[in-house]
Amino acid sequence: MRQKKLYVLLTALVAAVGGMASPAALADKASDDAAIARYREMIADGNPAELVAGQGEELWKTKRGPKNASLEKCDLGLGPGVLKGASAKLPRYFKDTGRVQDLETRLLTCMETLQGIDPKTVIDAKWLKGERETMAALVAYVVTQSNGQKIDIDMTPPQMKKMYELGKMAFYYRSGPMDFACTTCHGDTGKRIRLQDLPDLRTQAGAAAGWGTWPAYRVSSGEFWTMQHRLNDCYRQQRTAEPIFGSDVTIALSVFLAATAKGGPVLTPGLKR
Amino acid sequence: MATNPMKIRAANKDGVTEVKVLISHEMETGQRKDAAGAVIPAWFITELSAKHNDKVVLTSEFGTSISKNPFLAFRFKGGAKGDKVSVSWKDNKGETRTDEAAIA
Repeated sequence: MRQKKLYVLLTALVAAVGGMASPAALADKASDDAAIARYREMIADGNPAELVAGQGEELWKTKRGPKNASLEKCDLGLGPGVLKGASAKLPRYFKDTGRVQDLETRLLTCMETLQGIDPKTVIDAKWLKGERETMAALVAYVVTQSNGQKIDIDMTPPQMKKMYELGKMAFYYRSGPMDFACTTCHGDTGKRIRLQDLPDLRTQAGAAAGWGTWPAYRVSSGEFWTMQHRLNDCYRQQRTAEPIFGSDVTIALSVFLAATAKGGPVLTPGLKR
Repeated sequence: MATNPMKIRAANKDGVTEVKVLISHEMETGQRKDAAGAVIPAWFITELSAKHNDKVVLTSEFGTSISKNPFLAFRFKGGAKGDKVSVSWKDNKGETRTDEAAIA
């Protein structure tokens, strides 16, 4: 590995001195892409998110909370208890709460109304701990039921349009000591960090590649991340204030991404390095 | 802590059975430290074996170089639809788990 890095560095130097792109460096990038693609293919059958989804299924059917109820009557937008394809159509505007909700905040509503669980137990928890871990497992179970569907959110309610505009603003809004916006990394084609390709989230294809493959299991850390977790970490990497769990800015960004990605495939739960 | 079940899929094609196993395990190496600086104790699978009906078809030694929630795929000759495939592991704490599936 060390040797390979050195080699890449050397070819980069040669290229810089020569003032032209080194074919060796290009070939190296291509073979790395192929290696990653092969790795993804090898592991595609064994996405450990399945294990998390299994726990989520059990939690979904378990009677919990002060009201001692399960979540089986939870309405994610397609009717009580309908899970198939539900997350492909989220975020959406819900009349009963009068809010635009993503999957996590809608699940919070169900936990509160059906089970009597205080949303604060999730909102104030740490990632992958306590009730927030429960939330992640539920998310894994729900999104598995939308795998293979098309991203299809309903943009007709004016509340959705408002959220879209807010999300667009947040996407281009620069902040923090580095003056980063989402678009700093995700507003150009062909960008990458290390070997991780960064989708251009302004385009339909890029947004679909991003939005359509989250939530996901991250092999490097052995953790299942929800979209709320993913977006929160983008803010952390931006070195700016991290948003409150389920706050409007996270939902607005989700609406912006899902609307841009409309029609793209839902490949959830995803599998990331 | 109770262990979670393994996901086992087995399929026979042209006389060869391919088994795919997704194992739920922390696979903690004992080299990592937690936020307080204390070493997280090692906890990993040491042995794993697989049986086709009652015949052992795979034995293996696992260690700390294997990832959390590992995925294992292997093939053996023989096996017919409906036959039982069972996979067992044992970890360094002495815990064991066995799950089984029918060949599809």
